[in-house]
Amino acid sequence: MNHQHGAGPWPLLETGVVLALLVAASGYAAALRAARDRSPWPVHRTALWFAGLVCAGAAMLGPVAEAARASFTAHMLGHVLLGMLAPLLLVLGAPVTLALRALPADRARTLTGLLRHPVVRIVTRPAVAATLNAGGLWLLYTTDLYHQMHGSALVHAGVHAHVFLAGYVFTASILSVDPDPHRAPLTVRAAVLVTFIAVHSVLAKWLYAHPPEGVELADAEAGAQLMYYAGDVVDVTLIVLLLAGWYTAARPRDAALVGPRAAA
Amino acid sequence: MATSDSAASVPAGRPAERGVIDLDRRTVYSGLLFGAGIAASMIDLFIFHLALHWHHFYDRSTTEVALTADGFFHAFGWFITIWGLFLLADVRRRTEVAWRRWAAAVVTGVGLLQLLDGVVDHKVLRIHQIRYDVDLLPYDVAWIGSAVLLVLVGLLLLRRARPPSSS
Repeated sequence: MNHQHGAGPWPLLETGVVLALLVAASGYAAALRAARDRSPWPVHRTALWFAGLVCAGAAMLGPVAEAARASFTAHMLGHVLLGMLAPLLLVLGAPVTLALRALPADRARTLTGLLRHPVVRIVTRPAVAATLNAGGLWLLYTTDLYHQMHGSALVHAGVHAHVFLAGYVFTASILSVDPDPHRAPLTVRAAVLVTFIAVHSVLAKWLYAHPPEGVELADAEAGAQLMYYAGDVVDVTLIVLLLAGWYTAARPRDAALVGPRAAA
Repeated sequence: MATSDSAASVPAGRPAERGVIDLDRRTVYSGLLFGAGIAASMIDLFIFHLALHWHHFYDRSTTEVALTADGFFHAFGWFITIWGLFLLADVRRRTEVAWRRWAAAVVTGVGLLQLLDGVVDHKVLRIHQIRYDVDLLPYDVAWIGSAVLLVLVGLLLLRRARPPSSS
């Protein structure tokens, strides 16, 4: 493994991560401030957003990221944090909804126009988002990309950006927390989610027996099981949230809502 | 989805008018899904992987077809477990739950899935075996036999718990 991280592009990469986290944190805070005279914003959304940023940061900076350079298991922990848990928490933070509340009408229209853009429309289709997400993982672990990633800061940055963005877009397309002009029907989202979980668990078991180049067998076995079981925890949460959406939508029309639960 | 959506007030051409949910049918579906789901996702994990250590995470002899089938089996197992529970919650907010009917459906669901697992997974696809390095026949007989028994008991209980109005 390559351990030349003292100089060159690596510190630049970490600086980029810190900057991105700062922008995401201060942007959300600024939107909260701008929208403070609107109806109250649920506290749990803010908490979830910042928890998501902490997870993404933990994956990219500090001890987990450091250990991931040598250990496949630590790499996998970082991957679960960056590609699954952080996206889930950030999606539940409903950033687009918050931005639409905070922006003046004309800017908000620009944003919704952006959401209607053909490219966004295609990428946010559940099947496309799931393919980008799972396909990226297959490439990473079944080619020598994993090996290259440790030698090049640029490849490293690209892989991690893809893992995070694909994870976010996939989670958003399944849960549809934010306004989405092209929301897929529930049956489509359910079918895509089940397929994605299947592919994810197959890949984990495949890795158990076929480690990427340069990974010790014991390390691969531990990492693969972490991927499988930690992935399950996040995936089961996704199923619960997806079906909770159905439960809310299918409530009896004539019945009064029990409790102050607005549609998520 | 097996059930029609509740919110549809549009009359469909089917004899069963849409917009009216057959709550008894939904109770039975809920039990079947939940029973099959826990049989697929939890019984295997807790009993055979964690308690007995008869199963391995991956036994390395599995073919790729079987591995893929196993992945879908796993994903569906979780999905139908949770789906069954949400259907139960839906029945519960609309009416009194017929618990005996639901429990009978759960038993039937566990039996059906165990039968599928015993016949398709173990014998046809050979995804995994119940146990390794032993003579399998008594285990297979016990597993498939108990599955058949569960299905029969479940169906009998379902019959006995039928709502009075339905034929």
